[in-house]
Amino acid sequence: MELLNIKNLQAKVEGKDILKGLNLTVNPGEVHAIMGPNGSGKSTLASVLAGREEYEVTGGEVLYKGIDLLDLSPEDRARKGVFLAFQYPVEIPGVTNANFLKTAVNEVRKANNLAPLDSKEFLILMKDKMKLVEIDKAMTQRSVNEGFSGGEKKRNEIFQMAMLEPELAVLDETDSGLDIDALRVVANGVNALRNKQRSFIVITHYQRLLDYIVPDFVHVLYNGRIVKSGTKELAFELEEKGYDWIKELSPETAKI
Amino acid sequence: MKNNTPLPVASFLNQFNDAEKSFTTSLLPMKKDAIARFEELGFPTTKNEDWKYTNVFPILNNTYHTAANEFNVKSTDILKFISGWENDTVLVFENGKYNAALSKLQNLPSGVIAGDIKDFSDHPSVNLYLGKIASYTNESFVALNTALFNRGAFIYVPKNVQINCNIHVLFLNDSRANSTVCHPRNLYVAEKGSKVKISENYYSLDSVNPAFCNPVTEINIEENASLELCKNQSENENDFHIDYTAIHLQKNANLNINTITTGGKIVRNNLRIVLQGRNASAYLNGLYVVSGECHVDNHSFVDHSSPDCYSNELYKGILDDHSHGVFNGRIYVRKDAQKTNAYQSNKNILLSDDATMYAKPQLEIYADDVKCSHGATTGQLDPESMFYLRSRGIGERESRALLTMAYAEEVLDKITILPVKEKLQEVVHSRLMKESN
Repeated sequence: MELLNIKNLQAKVEGKDILKGLNLTVNPGEVHAIMGPNGSGKSTLASVLAGREEYEVTGGEVLYKGIDLLDLSPEDRARKGVFLAFQYPVEIPGVTNANFLKTAVNEVRKANNLAPLDSKEFLILMKDKMKLVEIDKAMTQRSVNEGFSGGEKKRNEIFQMAMLEPELAVLDETDSGLDIDALRVVANGVNALRNKQRSFIVITHYQRLLDYIVPDFVHVLYNGRIVKSGTKELAFELEEKGYDWIKELSPETAKI
Repeated sequence: MKNNTPLPVASFLNQFNDAEKSFTTSLLPMKKDAIARFEELGFPTTKNEDWKYTNVFPILNNTYHTAANEFNVKSTDILKFISGWENDTVLVFENGKYNAALSKLQNLPSGVIAGDIKDFSDHPSVNLYLGKIASYTNESFVALNTALFNRGAFIYVPKNVQINCNIHVLFLNDSRANSTVCHPRNLYVAEKGSKVKISENYYSLDSVNPAFCNPVTEINIEENASLELCKNQSENENDFHIDYTAIHLQKNANLNINTITTGGKIVRNNLRIVLQGRNASAYLNGLYVVSGECHVDNHSFVDHSSPDCYSNELYKGILDDHSHGVFNGRIYVRKDAQKTNAYQSNKNILLSDDATMYAKPQLEIYADDVKCSHGATTGQLDPESMFYLRSRGIGERESRALLTMAYAEEVLDKITILPVKEKLQEVVHSRLMKESN
């Protein structure tokens, strides 16, 4: 059964239509890359999937494991296994990373009728996951993202993903602002978390990330719709030709 | 003037006449003068600029009884208040009266005094400072306290003595039988080079009858001495609390005072700090986490009267339901107080549309070589932070509690009296969880 089924999704923010009929199907274990020029609706898609309130869905539907995802609160989406790695992770002074994660992990466990982890069990789990993205102990004791470098913030997102073990992870421009070393660390973390059940939607502007996280499918988003889909070769084509030729594939733009 | 004095004030005048015989003779002239002054001043109205946002007249809607002679509070009644204080010294005041049986003096170096001020009325420090640091001339509640006080905590730390344990003072209102009033009068003296940590804890036993607590605290911190004071105000939702604390700091003295309010109906804190000696430093922090109909008003006045002194003030509020907050912080830098560093900040979060906050930071600077700053902000929880937490599976209620707790921690972190800090963290956390319902 498909994990995610997006049908004719339309959404607007601040009165402006951004998504104009987006269709996408993701099966368990697949990695889908969504590429597109600035303003095409990539981040809007991520925000709508995570449940950001400012984004108004005006049409279409999103089924996640057969249920209406759009009907769920952001926390319920997370508890059912949806994870968004933020493009701009928020700094939360005064809340330590460890305390934040322990609360999150146990709230998710509670919602799934699992006993909460005690401090010892939590520490063991955390130690195990810290290795994936080279997080050290000091970082877990710092306030969430406070004073973190761009690379540390993105590593922290993947660390959270590793802790929460989602079934659908949406990575919103996780590569933005990363140098090549940080990019490699982040990508290695993601690759380590790939398995037959877990699916990824990797949103990116550049093909570079896809050298490290190799997708099963690549989709090109333009003007609120997916205008072309293919395999990883499509990403190379985009890298080579840029986005201009895509515009010709979009009926709306053709009119202009 | 007398004609404007509201009638109920008369009941306090009667209390003076009833109690007059029990006052220490040497204090009687001051007390007589204070009651006369109170009669002239009456209760302050909201026309008085210092009381513009705090109407104290609801206090007068009750008939208060002064404490009976016998004690009614049992050791089991106070267990939850004193837990964590096992290795510290504890003074217990029941409706303002010192309860020696419930108090525990321990781990104090020789020469240190902690007890009921009534038992030390001829101590040199009492003669020197009692009534000399807190002036009642323009403060009707100080006048009332000065006229009517009979008891209070006296803590004296001799020269160069550093106390490792904490001294906790528990002021317990027991208005189970009747509405009660008390006027504790505290005096803390830290002599040269000494160090002490004191907590004042204001609680009420469960009761629907209001209690009115009107404490005045005078503190002198001598040269190179250091004093920390934590005020934990956790009284019932019907209770009134008017606090006046005046502190003098001498050369190189250090003060860390934290005022944490989590209960009461009307709470007014008047804090007056005078940096009298060179290079003295004062840290003033406050936190108020209130809901329901609670009204909490923090007035502070930091008087830089010597050069090279430092003051840093941080007050934070979390207000829910119909609660009201008032912050009025005044920094006064005198002409001779060059090289002053004075900072002040007031930040508030309103959790409800019906909560209100009035903030008035004031800087008055008469010296020309100083570094001063002040600011006040009032807002809501950051929606982006809320979304971030919720997107990780943390429910709305818990997310709010996490964020507000983190906000509160900035102040709670300044408390180094650990058992009090931990208790306050618990109280604030459970309060924030409840408010997020």
